[in-house]
This record gives sequence, C-alpha cells and structure tokens, in this order.
Amino acid sequence: MDSRRTVSIIGTGSYVPEKVLTNKDLESIVDTTDEWIYSRTGMRERHIAAADQATSDLGAAAAKKALADAGIGADELDLVIVATLSPDMFFPSTACFVQEKIGAKNAFCFDLGAACSGFLYALDNAKNQIACGAIDTALVIGSEKMSTFIDWEDRGTCILFGDGAGAAVLRAGGEGRGVMQSAMGSDGSLANLLWTPGGGSRNPISQDVLDNKQQYLQMQGREVFKHAVIRMTESVLQALEKNGLEADDIGCFIPHQANIRIIDAISKRLGVGDRMYVNVDKYANTSSAALAIALDEATKDGTIQKGDLVVLTVFGGGFTWGASVLEWGK
Amino acid sequence: MALEDKVKDIIVEQLGVNADQVTLEASFIEDLGADSLDTVELVMAFEEEFGAEIPDEDAEKLTSVGGVISYLSEKGFE
Repeated sequence: MDSRRTVSIIGTGSYVPEKVLTNKDLESIVDTTDEWIYSRTGMRERHIAAADQATSDLGAAAAKKALADAGIGADELDLVIVATLSPDMFFPSTACFVQEKIGAKNAFCFDLGAACSGFLYALDNAKNQIACGAIDTALVIGSEKMSTFIDWEDRGTCILFGDGAGAAVLRAGGEGRGVMQSAMGSDGSLANLLWTPGGGSRNPISQDVLDNKQQYLQMQGREVFKHAVIRMTESVLQALEKNGLEADDIGCFIPHQANIRIIDAISKRLGVGDRMYVNVDKYANTSSAALAIALDEATKDGTIQKGDLVVLTVFGGGFTWGASVLEWGK
Repeated sequence: MALEDKVKDIIVEQLGVNADQVTLEASFIEDLGADSLDTVELVMAFEEEFGAEIPDEDAEKLTSVGGVISYLSEKGFE
C-alpha cells in the first residue's frame, strides 16, 4: 500500500502560435508533397511561432490557461518545471523566464531535459515531490519552439515538427487515484540516433559546426520508429502492471504525437483500437509539448470524462521513454 | 510451417496484399506497394516472429521477398 499522498491534475492548458504551415505550404519550401507527408506521418499542418516568440512565451501562455482552468493564482505554485529541448537560452532556465511572465514568485523553477519525453518526466517528478510531502502545488510545462532548431532545407526532418506548449497544474489531494505509478526508462547508448550535435560543449558553435548544420536536429528515422514502437508498447504494459490494471480498464491512451504510423503500430500491439488519442494531424510533432497539448485537448473535448483511467506514454531522444496512468478526477 | 511460408504470411498480413503477389522476386516497394515505414514494420514483424535481431544496416538491404528468406535462412532460422 502506497502511504504517500494522492496527487491530482487540477487544471490543464495549451497554446499554439497563430501561424499555420500546411503540407501544401511545405511543397514550396522543400521537395515534398502533401500526399507523401500525410501518408507517412498523418500530419496535415503545424503551427510556427513568430520571430519574437521564444519558448518561454509559448510556455507562459499555456501556463496561464492551466492556472485559470485550475482556478488558482500563480503565487500558489511551489514549483515550476519546464520540459524543453529548445530553451530560450542555455541559462538561465526557461522555467525562470516563465516564472517571471506568470508571476509565480513563490516557486522554485528548473528545466528538465528528456527531449520529446520531457513532459511525462516532469509530471512524474512533480507528482513524486508532492506525494512525498515536499511541496503541495506544481506547474509542469512542455514547451518547444522546434522551428528554430530544424534545418528547413532537410525535407526528411523539417516537415515533422511544429511549435507549441501545454501545461498542467498538480496538487495534493483530489478524488480518485490521481496520478499513479509510472514506468520510465532511458538508453544512452542510442543517443546518436536522434540529437542536435552542435552548439553545446561537445561541438561549440564554430564556422565548421554551422557549415555542417550541426546546430540542427538530426534523426535516423528507421531506427527511431522501431525503438519508439517497442519502448512505448513495453512501458505502457509495465505501467499497467505496476498499477494492477489491464489495457481493457483504460478509457483513453495518449501517446507522444510524433507520427500516426507509430501510434497505429502501438495501438495494434496493445489492441486498444480507437481509444488512442490523436492530434498529430493538427500540430505535427511538438516534442515535449505534444503530450501536454493532447492531454489538455482530450480533457476539454469530452474524450476524457471524470473517473476515466488514462494512460500517457512518450518516447524521445536519449533515448528516453515512459508511461504513466492517471484517474481523471476533474 | 516452413520458413518461406511464415515469411510470406507476415508479408501478406503487414502489407495487405494477396498471397499470389508475394513471389520470391517481388520487391516490397516496387511490386507490393510498401513505403519506407512499411519496410521498417515488416522487419519488426520478422524480428518478433523469429526472435531475430536484424541490424538496420542489414535491414536496408532486405528489399525483396526472396532476399528476406535467404537472409533468415542463412542466419539459421527456420
């Protein structure tokens, strides 16, 4: 019996920038077609942030909506975590910029790096801090301005990503089981299959780095696809087992929104059919924001109802992956 | 069931094609209408069925039905 405190999500919010880039628009940027993109990814369009919008601006916009949804003030937050791979700057953390924008003056703030898996890692981390009694209320955000870190001349990657942010407020207490046990994992031996190799201390910015476009995201698509399917399937099964549940008990599965073909392959393996939530058609892959945006939409559009059991699962660079289960109590 | 039949069954199921299209010479992409992600899923299905691990550098060379059968057979799967 877990003697720790129950932790519930009391509010969610999301924000995507106004500018929409359709597959058709991409046809005039790189050699591709709407049909090619849609059949291989399930994507129709993505949102792209304005030049003067940074990741913290997107995150703060989502955070304000989540706080309004929760009906609490920013000064009630004890902790703000931003999961991102596209921070405003190397330091200080994007979370500190968000803190300033939303007025979370009583919170301690940090960024969390787990690439596309970041939001679930942040949610799990905040949940555990609340469950053990260290804090009472936390804001977790997945926010990305991916458009700055992709090579707009590489048709293999630039079509896949979008900008956006999602947020959730967690608090001790609530009805039902709240956020339950997670199953998380990482494999650093496969880091080179999905990374941005330049610009950090390994390959600092130099003319050579820029000439080789190492400041942009690089991906070995085939390998990533395969590992994503295997790891998300595996972690969902592990998380279900840890919580004494079976796939049939779950009302809604929200996977990382990277590619409809990955989502379909997981769905087939788990045998969950149309209980998989999908919005990759509207936003493409927004990395750490994807799960957060999908959770917000699924709870607002009626897909998830009070008392429903929900499975969240992610996969990203690192490799990192994980799954968690929650009972929606709002 | 023989290796050849198991492989052909997987291809029929994964690609949704008719069994008579799955000849030894058939190329996944050119003849059976697969795209690059279908070929990744095919390899995953072979790995799951045979408990094999097919490295990506090998996987990229497995472009035809016959190619897969000889590869798996050389690796000792049956």
